[in-house]
Amino acid sequence: MKHQMLNGGVKRRVSEEARRSLRKHWQLYLIVIPPVLFFLIFKYYPMLNAVLAFKDYNVIKGIWGSPWVGFKNFQLFFDNPMFWPLVKNTIYVSGYLLLAGFPVPILLALMLNEVGSGRFKRLVQLVTFAPYFISTVVMVSIIMLFLAPRLGFANVALNFFGLDSINFLGEASMFRSIYVWSDIWQTAGYSAVIYLAALAGIDPTLYEAAKVDGASRFQKIVHVDIPGLLPTITIILILNVGSVMAIGFEKIYLLQNPLNMVHSEIIATYVYRIGLLNANYSFATAVGLFNSLINLVLLVTVNGLAKRLTKSSIW
Amino acid sequence: MAATKSAVQQPPFRLKIRESAGDRLFLFIIYTVLSLVLLAVIYPLIYILSSSISSPAAVTSGRVWLWPVDISFRGFEVLFSTPQIMTGYGNSLFYTTAGTLISVALTVMIAYPMSRKTFFGRGVIMMLITFTMLFSGGLIPTYMVVKEFGMIDSRWALLIPNAIWVWQVIIARSFFQSSIPDELMEAAEIDGCSDLRFMRSVVIPLSKPILAVLFLMYGVGQWNAYFDALIYLKSANLFPLQLVLRSIIIMNNTAGVTDALKQVERQQLSELLKYSLIVVATLPVLIIYPFVQRYFVQGMLVGSVKG
Repeated sequence: MKHQMLNGGVKRRVSEEARRSLRKHWQLYLIVIPPVLFFLIFKYYPMLNAVLAFKDYNVIKGIWGSPWVGFKNFQLFFDNPMFWPLVKNTIYVSGYLLLAGFPVPILLALMLNEVGSGRFKRLVQLVTFAPYFISTVVMVSIIMLFLAPRLGFANVALNFFGLDSINFLGEASMFRSIYVWSDIWQTAGYSAVIYLAALAGIDPTLYEAAKVDGASRFQKIVHVDIPGLLPTITIILILNVGSVMAIGFEKIYLLQNPLNMVHSEIIATYVYRIGLLNANYSFATAVGLFNSLINLVLLVTVNGLAKRLTKSSIW
Repeated sequence: MAATKSAVQQPPFRLKIRESAGDRLFLFIIYTVLSLVLLAVIYPLIYILSSSISSPAAVTSGRVWLWPVDISFRGFEVLFSTPQIMTGYGNSLFYTTAGTLISVALTVMIAYPMSRKTFFGRGVIMMLITFTMLFSGGLIPTYMVVKEFGMIDSRWALLIPNAIWVWQVIIARSFFQSSIPDELMEAAEIDGCSDLRFMRSVVIPLSKPILAVLFLMYGVGQWNAYFDALIYLKSANLFPLQLVLRSIIIMNNTAGVTDALKQVERQQLSELLKYSLIVVATLPVLIIYPFVQRYFVQGMLVGSVKG
């Protein structure tokens, strides 16, 4: 009884505060309506629609009228012979990207940090940042032109050295390397910016102390730069590991062809093919939901681990 | 940027204490590696540019290595006289302009109120917004919503469903928080200035750097996007340039472009056209890039402070 009254008191005070704020700043409350509606309609409403995964969708009955089928769609996916290849392909591509792509921007930033502030540094930064602005379609076009079986630059160069031509995009085993290394080419300069900023924020007295102690450049990197970068590295690593299952659909889809499909079909492209091209809505939603959930669990786990081990986390 | 500032302070030290042989070797290796990186990034770009302005025959016979061979602008001539490509270009210009305006407006409309301590319930709204970064309904459920609102195969589908990027809201909000002091707001309030008027005459003029970041990020994002167009659009006359590009280069449908030409020229041109098309689609962004690079860097750093 007493507890209830207390609760009511707090509630009244909060609602009073809200009313006062509303009266005074009604214009601010008015302008947030369109963006909030945007999030409700285009982000939260789809989450509701995801019940599709537990139904047998019927166009005439609509999402809510269609019959419930429980976990049937998930079961279908787990029993599907495509299940393990899809999960494996997804994890392999993004795992490879993480292992190869994560250290490159750090190394680039460490090296750039050593060359002072002259024109050379600015030139390297300007040029390596530029590919970030190339669109996915153009990036894939460039890859295809360079690796084309007959006239592609790579094969012209191979022939020049007396080697046989290779149909790079037709070799399933080369797909992952092509995807990963072109990604590194495109984003390393961009990703290095954050590390460069973190390096610039390291206490200068640490460098002076290192100098007095007679540290070489390499020792300075190992004992001052890298420890200084560690919090940034942890956070970026969390974000990257957390998005392992969320690997982008856009580039992989464009790089796909019947020959490399064995390695290039991932969960996201499968959802698109099954869902939008074959109009198998319920099943595709279940597959997508499975992917999103794994991803959420991964992110929360990695973040928790990082919090416990290093005290840096994203929330 | 702070990086350059702290580095500028170093040289006096370096002049006094001579570098050891080991350090000089180390630095030499770094310069070499960075030069190789520089070459690896810039070479493909130069190669494409050179190919696009070489003669069709030179491109088809693989004679272009670095600089243009037999300079000719035939590729561009054909491109600019192809209706399919010009429509795509026009569409992309429209989507980029309209989409960016809508996105920036909506982002400021949510980010500014969220930056004010007096806004009741901002914690809840921010949580709702941030959660959408971690979890989403997925491709099909989102498609169904867009369909329900009758946007399939309409220009709205490229302007509205992805209008606000959460990351941009976070960046803009932390900028407003740190650069528009609450005291300023309170002083304006005492003078009887309304919130909207305060936004218009104080916040916006003080926020030009963040507005530049928002315009650039959304603008480049719209110009480069193809996925929403791929799933939501069906009529070719609505396609943005990126989708036209996909059909011509990646799916190799050069027929529409080279129809009017003779057989021999058609074969030679189809290769050259791909290079010219890449240049035409990328140049608008890459030309403004050196002038606006610092805004992008700024945007990333504002975000990383918060993140």
